[in-house]
Amino acid sequence: MDTQTIQNQKVTTAKTERISGSEAVVRCLLAEGVDILYGYPGGAIMPVYDELYKYQDRLHHVLTRHEQGATHAAQGYARISGKVGVAIATSGPGATNLITGIADAQIDSTPIVCITGQVGSHLLGSDAFQETDIVGISTPVTKWNHQITKASEIPEVLAKAFYIAKSGRPGPVLIDITKDAQFEEFDFSYEKCTGIRSYKPTPKVEISAIEQAASLINLAKKPMIVWGQGVILGEAENELKQLIEKAGIPAAWTILGASAIPTAHPLNVGMVGMHGNYAPNKLTNECDVLIAIGMRFDDRVTGNLNTYAKQAKIIHFEIDPAEVDKNVKTDVAVLGNAKESLRMLLPFIGKNTHEEWHQEFKNYYDIEYKQIIQNDLYPSKDGLTMGEVLKEINLQTKGDAAIVSDVGQHQMVACRYAEFNNTKSNITSGGLGTMGFALPAAIGAKMAAPDREVVAIIGDGGYQMTIQELGTIFQTKVPVKIVVLNNNFLGMVRQWQQLFFDKRYASTELVNPDFVQIAKGYFIEAQKVTQRAELGEAVQTMIAHDGPYFLEVCVEKEDNVFPMIPTGASVSDIRLS
Amino acid sequence: MVQKTELFTVSIYTENNVGLLNRISAIFQRRHINIESINSSISEIDGVSRFTILVEVSEDQMRKVIGQIEKQVEVIKAYYHTDEDTIYQESCLFKIKSDLLFEERQIQNIIKESNARIVTVNREFFVLEKSGRKSEVELLYRELKPFGIMQFVRSGRIAVTKDEMKITKMLEAFAGV
Repeated sequence: MDTQTIQNQKVTTAKTERISGSEAVVRCLLAEGVDILYGYPGGAIMPVYDELYKYQDRLHHVLTRHEQGATHAAQGYARISGKVGVAIATSGPGATNLITGIADAQIDSTPIVCITGQVGSHLLGSDAFQETDIVGISTPVTKWNHQITKASEIPEVLAKAFYIAKSGRPGPVLIDITKDAQFEEFDFSYEKCTGIRSYKPTPKVEISAIEQAASLINLAKKPMIVWGQGVILGEAENELKQLIEKAGIPAAWTILGASAIPTAHPLNVGMVGMHGNYAPNKLTNECDVLIAIGMRFDDRVTGNLNTYAKQAKIIHFEIDPAEVDKNVKTDVAVLGNAKESLRMLLPFIGKNTHEEWHQEFKNYYDIEYKQIIQNDLYPSKDGLTMGEVLKEINLQTKGDAAIVSDVGQHQMVACRYAEFNNTKSNITSGGLGTMGFALPAAIGAKMAAPDREVVAIIGDGGYQMTIQELGTIFQTKVPVKIVVLNNNFLGMVRQWQQLFFDKRYASTELVNPDFVQIAKGYFIEAQKVTQRAELGEAVQTMIAHDGPYFLEVCVEKEDNVFPMIPTGASVSDIRLS
Repeated sequence: MVQKTELFTVSIYTENNVGLLNRISAIFQRRHINIESINSSISEIDGVSRFTILVEVSEDQMRKVIGQIEKQVEVIKAYYHTDEDTIYQESCLFKIKSDLLFEERQIQNIIKESNARIVTVNREFFVLEKSGRKSEVELLYRELKPFGIMQFVRSGRIAVTKDEMKITKMLEAFAGV
């Protein structure tokens, strides 16, 4: 990097000290407040691991069982704490194994910094052992990435990495460090990065946009809010709550926005999107003003764009200018951080209750309750439903748990039925839909928030994608609670096969191992439930257990998740069966 | 819904950084947009590079792509312009057998009329350079083709805009923070 042209702002001038590049890496991490990092050693990153050994009293390295697990653990850590998660791996396969987690963090705006070792700079491009062009490979899935070939670059580049990962719309950053740069000694000093001239992370909120938004909201007869993760990332939960209470606006959430407002809040009308709630999906096409806050109109949220909220004026509160008018054309765009924007908006907002409008949500909820929710939570059939497992978890954790879900049917059920009292409590792979996310993410989440109950809810398919992280749980004794909802199917794919492929169940049936024996093989307490009568006590035992716990619940094999908006259909064509 | 496409000149001011070309080209590749031409050079500002990229897309798509480009950390500012908004040129080189220059009178006329410039002549070949719009370059190519062209190469478009691009002010604003 040409340091002449990358003009970072300097805030302090620290004195220098002669140390190796690898020690500098560790010192930079400490300076950024990192307390835990997740990773896997190997040849090209060994000098850094040698320093981690020396600094182990101050910096806790968690050895995952696969580098993918390290990225997901870093994501779980970041999502529950709001801090930057850190993953570290060696060159070649170590680095490429990070890619899925990096791509997941990119699409779900999760701040993580990944550090990879690289072959010596004299070997770059020679197809050396474990050499791979990780900067090239990771470019499309990183917010920023950079290769370091000189030790002297380490402080400035790592300072930038943390600044970029966390600021504005967060995302993953990958820093690749050649082995010679790790060994090289140089005069170390560290200054936090506070600005980069080509990078404008947070647009300034325009008061004119605030005023336009306020006037639309004040005139609205049927306003509706859809909030996303931008509220959580911007820590705008209180401001959002004030807005919906003052203006009496029913508010729905995207999957990643879940938990920003408590589930029990009377104006929280549930989840939008493919398997979201009936009312907010139906009424998206009846509201007169749609207020989108920190969300990006993903296709799983909007269904067919040609029939999405065409009757409504759209207001979009958004930190990333590239998201405005990307999928849905807005009438008023309010660029900026959600907290600041909503704070500025509030004084302009008139009090309202919109009681009749709110009644429409209740009416649709009643329909959904009778046709779907009641059967999911209080089934009359013999087979266990995923919904009733969630109901038991809610009961036992009183809505205070952080729920870490994987991808598939169980994820939709978890997001639909988990009750949240606290923000940053729904940790799931939204945009990328990464099976295998939950188990390692739960490890990271529990380590970042040891005082919170962390319950991983995973399908039998996704569980087996990162099942080796049971080893990490055993070794670290991290007390995560693992619930596998086992239907012996890749359930969501099977559901689609049933509905759209005439029940041709191509490669979706799973012949599973004895999951309890596997957990016990890692010396993790475990139990399997097949009967409704056993469920309550089993969940209670799991939550009460002091240490990690594995609970397998055998659920109905061919249950479907409804409501459902079929791909390409309108949100108002949401199906109840 | 098929949207009308047109030719846009994209101008991107960037920090001069290894890997940025990859990052920018990936934005086009991911959306299946063919890059008609691409040029990278220094700009009027010390230490700031400038990419000039020619693409044919709808204006809606162009606007979205510019958003994605500007989002990149090392991109200072990106613009798109139509042909009417810019003064643009491209350049080409022809390598042709020297005999023809002396034996075919017509070639000399073509060179004169096209405002092409002879860069070098030796016993085997001469090299002809022509700058101008794509149509002018193509016309010259068609005229010379029948005589036999040993080598032909055309540069990407370079363009300056009629309106001001306030990059220097933006950079000064940062330095003043």
